[in-house]
Amino acid sequence: MEAVNIFSFHGGIHPPENKAQSLQLPLGRPRLPKELILPLGQHIGQASRPLVKAGDKVLKGESIAVNNGFLSSYLHAPTSGIVTSIESRPIAHPSGLSDICIIIEPDNKEEWIPLSPLNNWQEEAPTDVLAYLSKMGIVGMGGAGFPTQVKLQGAQKNILKHFIINAAECEPYITADDMLIREKTLELILGIEALQHLVQAEQVIIGIEDNKPTAIAKLNELLSERGSEIQVAVVPTKYPSGGEKQLIQLITGQEVPSGQFPADIGVLCQNVGTCVAVHNAIYLGQPLISRFTTLTGDALKAPQNVEVLLGTPVDHLLDYAEANNKKLHRLVMGGPMMGFTLDSTAVPVVKTSNCILAATKKELPEPDPEQACIRCGMCEQACPASLLPQQLLWFSKSQELEKAEHHNLFDCIECGACSYVCPSSIPLVQYYRHTKSSIREAREAAVKSDLAKQRFEARKARQEAEIAEKEAKRLARKAPAPAKAADTTKAASKAASASAAPAANAEAKKLKVDVAIAKTKLKKLQKQLLEAQENEHIEDIQALQLQVTEQEQQVKQLDEQLAKVTAAQAPAASASTAQSNPAVSAELKKAKVDLALAGVKLKKLQKQLVESPDDTELKDKISSLEKELSAAQALVDKLSAAPASNAQEPAAKAPVSAELKKAKVDVAMIDVKLKKLQKQSTESPDDQALKDQISGLEKDLSAAQALVEKLSAPAPEAKAPAAKTPVSAELKKAKVDVAMIGVKLKKLQKQLAESPDDQAVQDQIANLEKDLTAAQALVEKLSAPTPEPKESAPAANAPSAADLKKAKVSAAMAGVKLKKLQKQLTETPDDQGLKEQIGKLENELKDAQELVEKLSAPAVQTSTTQATAPLAANVGDLKKLKIDAAMAKATVKKVEKALKKAEEIKAPEIDILRQQLVEAQKRADDLEKALANPAEVKAEVAAPAAPSNANEDKKRKIDLAIAKASIKKAEKNIELLKEQGKSEEEINSSEWPKKLEEAQQKLDALTSDEMPESVQTATQSETKEQDKSPSDLSALSLEELADKIKKQKIAAAMAKAQINKLNKQLANEPESASSIQQDIDAARQKQADAEALLTQLTDAQAKAKESQ
Amino acid sequence: MFTILLAIAVLVILALIFGAILGYANVRFHVEGDPIVDQIDALLPQTQCGQCGHPGCRPYAEAIANGEAINHCPPGGQATIQALADLLDVEAIPLDGDHGEETATRVAVIREDECIGCTKCIQACPVDAILGAAKQMHTVISDECTGCDLCVEPCPVDCIDMVEVGVTTKTWSWEKPQGITNSSLNIIATDRTSEPSSEVLH
Repeated sequence: MEAVNIFSFHGGIHPPENKAQSLQLPLGRPRLPKELILPLGQHIGQASRPLVKAGDKVLKGESIAVNNGFLSSYLHAPTSGIVTSIESRPIAHPSGLSDICIIIEPDNKEEWIPLSPLNNWQEEAPTDVLAYLSKMGIVGMGGAGFPTQVKLQGAQKNILKHFIINAAECEPYITADDMLIREKTLELILGIEALQHLVQAEQVIIGIEDNKPTAIAKLNELLSERGSEIQVAVVPTKYPSGGEKQLIQLITGQEVPSGQFPADIGVLCQNVGTCVAVHNAIYLGQPLISRFTTLTGDALKAPQNVEVLLGTPVDHLLDYAEANNKKLHRLVMGGPMMGFTLDSTAVPVVKTSNCILAATKKELPEPDPEQACIRCGMCEQACPASLLPQQLLWFSKSQELEKAEHHNLFDCIECGACSYVCPSSIPLVQYYRHTKSSIREAREAAVKSDLAKQRFEARKARQEAEIAEKEAKRLARKAPAPAKAADTTKAASKAASASAAPAANAEAKKLKVDVAIAKTKLKKLQKQLLEAQENEHIEDIQALQLQVTEQEQQVKQLDEQLAKVTAAQAPAASASTAQSNPAVSAELKKAKVDLALAGVKLKKLQKQLVESPDDTELKDKISSLEKELSAAQALVDKLSAAPASNAQEPAAKAPVSAELKKAKVDVAMIDVKLKKLQKQSTESPDDQALKDQISGLEKDLSAAQALVEKLSAPAPEAKAPAAKTPVSAELKKAKVDVAMIGVKLKKLQKQLAESPDDQAVQDQIANLEKDLTAAQALVEKLSAPTPEPKESAPAANAPSAADLKKAKVSAAMAGVKLKKLQKQLTETPDDQGLKEQIGKLENELKDAQELVEKLSAPAVQTSTTQATAPLAANVGDLKKLKIDAAMAKATVKKVEKALKKAEEIKAPEIDILRQQLVEAQKRADDLEKALANPAEVKAEVAAPAAPSNANEDKKRKIDLAIAKASIKKAEKNIELLKEQGKSEEEINSSEWPKKLEEAQQKLDALTSDEMPESVQTATQSETKEQDKSPSDLSALSLEELADKIKKQKIAAAMAKAQINKLNKQLANEPESASSIQQDIDAARQKQADAEALLTQLTDAQAKAKESQ
Repeated sequence: MFTILLAIAVLVILALIFGAILGYANVRFHVEGDPIVDQIDALLPQTQCGQCGHPGCRPYAEAIANGEAINHCPPGGQATIQALADLLDVEAIPLDGDHGEETATRVAVIREDECIGCTKCIQACPVDAILGAAKQMHTVISDECTGCDLCVEPCPVDCIDMVEVGVTTKTWSWEKPQGITNSSLNIIATDRTSEPSSEVLH
């Protein structure tokens, strides 16, 4: 065995060893004490969490507390017995404070739990073995009690050169490790071998001081017997060679840099006691429940080493060692240099207690009074950490914490060498300890005051925001009121003039009001969403996000409509544009909405991605969305280009446009290639060939883009007025910008995914996103006016075909998305958000499919018949009807689902839900019937009323959506309350059922109320022409008729609402069932009456209109 | 004559150049706000208790910057006064008793059985450290509580106690040694006597 080079460390002292006393007697094993006191915090880090409670019976080796965090440990019962209490007891701590302890009363049976040693530890993964050691409660037994598995994990970060076993035991009096090596040599070697297997160090060295010849001999004998690789390094006796950093310096010659750990220079240090504990855990399956402790001092008659159960009170051990209480002057736990005085003998032995020193007054006299520092410099000579103790003392005395820190106060190991040598008997170490605590306190206080400041400022900001919002709300409430007033005055003047233009004006006004309402709603929703995000209500967030996107869409639609109406108002005279243009612009609008929606979704997902960058599913979704986005953009491009090209002469344009198309395809292809190469280059950034290729492609791309621009520019120039060309060129440019920014964004996102912490990349992304939205806005702005001054197109066929295609594509896309989400759902069946998304997608899919059907049907029609005004209106109406039907179906489905749920939980709303279901089904049936009979619809739709009808309808739908949203909210809240285990009464007493009811009433009113206002406006313009009434009913004026219809509808709705209310009452108060039932019957009767009258009235109205 | 004119011209040109540089620097390196306020604010304990008569620590920091006395902060105590005195280079004066006494660190604790859920304390808390809803029991997040007392006054049922945060083994700190005391002044190192005499001393 080659000898290990021994180096030296700075400073150190040679105090009297006093080790012989405790080695006179053999190892003792005290009998069980009356009670064992087990503090929960026997180690560095978080205190353990108790597993037992008072009165529990525990077996020897049973876990009684588990680790409470990363830096924590397990605790086990040292013997079998009963947990008498878990309470605060004085513990072995320099402060003499109490802490929570588990108290066990031994039953003297020493009954072990079944032991399961880790026999195949060589085959087990190291992490599993570490976890096993953690469960065995093993911590460093040298002094600090650092959880061993954490230390071993830390050691695996770097390549481990030296694995040092600390057997130096430099402190005077203590001989526990010496005795341990003598008694458990084999166990120690086996434990070291097991640890070496885990850490795979290049060199394993046992560092031992030369004052333990017996132990050294035993070690050498056994090691040579086993032919072990383990080396023994005998170091000269010098205090404090047993310090971790000092021993490392002695054996490796390397100094652990300030603020670093031994693992950082490839060294791991373990105490011999820890190695034996590891052996016991792995080979015997025994957790750490006992340790070797030295009982020494002149006050003891029989100083000796003992193997003692953890938790044994010190007074029990003093009794065992026959202490002379009269002579006992100072009781120290640990050695005379680094130990601390115990105030009480009731404190227990813990995992780190290596010595109990019962000293007489002669042995450890009172320290001499402190004198002034004479600057002799002896402390500097003695300091093993090469610090400047004098300087540190000045800083400590004058509370100059920062300077003390700069002089590396935290490298002080508090060994006490400086105090020992100080001729002025200055308690230097105490000063350092005090200063260290002060610095720690100051740090903690700073953290706390920072936190308080943050919270205070956040609160202030929140309060200001609340006030501002209230103000905004107040203003918003004020604003619509005058608008409405103006509206009514306008309506009066309109009736007089009876021309088309004012009608349009009123429409615009109404739209504006709608937009304002929708925007307010959106704002409110966004605020809710923000709040939910702040408070981390995950379920709410998803629901709200859906609502927000819906609302955004609505706002956008309304805005666009408004723009359209105002635009249409100006050149009202030059109207007469064919139907194809509106169709195209509607298409464009829709495509844009899609685009915006996809953008919003994308953004949301990206945000999620930033939070969880490893989610491949998210990434997939994002990429699919990006594809969608680009598709939508392409569609927008195509559509916005279409009107321009429509205006041209087809013959002249055809070749140019074909070329343009080709060029665009080229651009796209080059772009794709470029992207692929860029991805490769991010993976292998040094590839020069790739870079060359990329730059070549980039050149190609720009050339192709130039070509595209060139081609697309002259096309409109040929025919369109001069003003238009720059706009379209600009548009193109803006679009190219959008695409470029998109590409950049994508790239950055990829980078981000690879390095999610990169703040710069995130910032860049945010910037780009801003750019993108700006560019998109520009595109929208630019493309908006283009469809406006269009010439009459030849036929409505072409756009409808395009429409059909688009609808099919969107249907297919929705299907694919749906499938994907369903797959996800099967993987994570509890995800409420996914389910919601699926439901939404299903609806979308249905809509899209219906649209496809619808479009394919009239396509034939339009080809045969002329595309005339009534037909177009008819188609629009049909569409509306279909949407209604789809919505009704969706409602049916939803109600069915809710019913099922309600049945499951046996909620009282079952009846109501059933009724709702029946109603919804009825409505769906009605609508379907109406759909099936388009002729009827045709008759029903009076041409002049159609456009305003559509707007009214939209408004109504918004209201409907609002009402539905509020119902949903109320239902959710009720459900939540139920989940919280609130009793039925509490739920009823809360505001939600009331709110639910209100919302339902509103909804009912809305669904049954067939836009009375629009009828009114429609009739206002016709008041003069009303005559020719065949039946007695239609003898009334149209206006009166409309009034009546309205009234009846309201009556019907009210009746319905009452029925609902009564039904609920019925469910809640079964005792008064009969009377309520009567009420319900009466209400039903009322409703039936109202509905009958209503049908009569509507018939009459229709007839009157027809006759006109 | 020419030399004089030349000298004047050179000086004028130099003055213009340096003036431009100074003007540019004034714009370029303009500091928003008053940095001394931030420094003072950083020293204050951020309890936001208002015992100094200002609505929060920052307003008091601003007031100090404008010349108010530095001894109006009881939660900060003498340590804060000392730190402020060092920062502002003024004399450290004792705490002004009119604003309250320096106490040990305390946190508010709500006797939850007695809480009626009025939310008044929630509104009073400057750091949002009280959790609860209307007609629900409230509780204090003790880690966030700054011990400012502001929640005690509004409570209609007086169920909030200010409890001193005791020292645990985790927060305990070593005491500062007594230093050179009178008894040690009598003794010179070379005169140090052994046990009997020291016993006499005691």
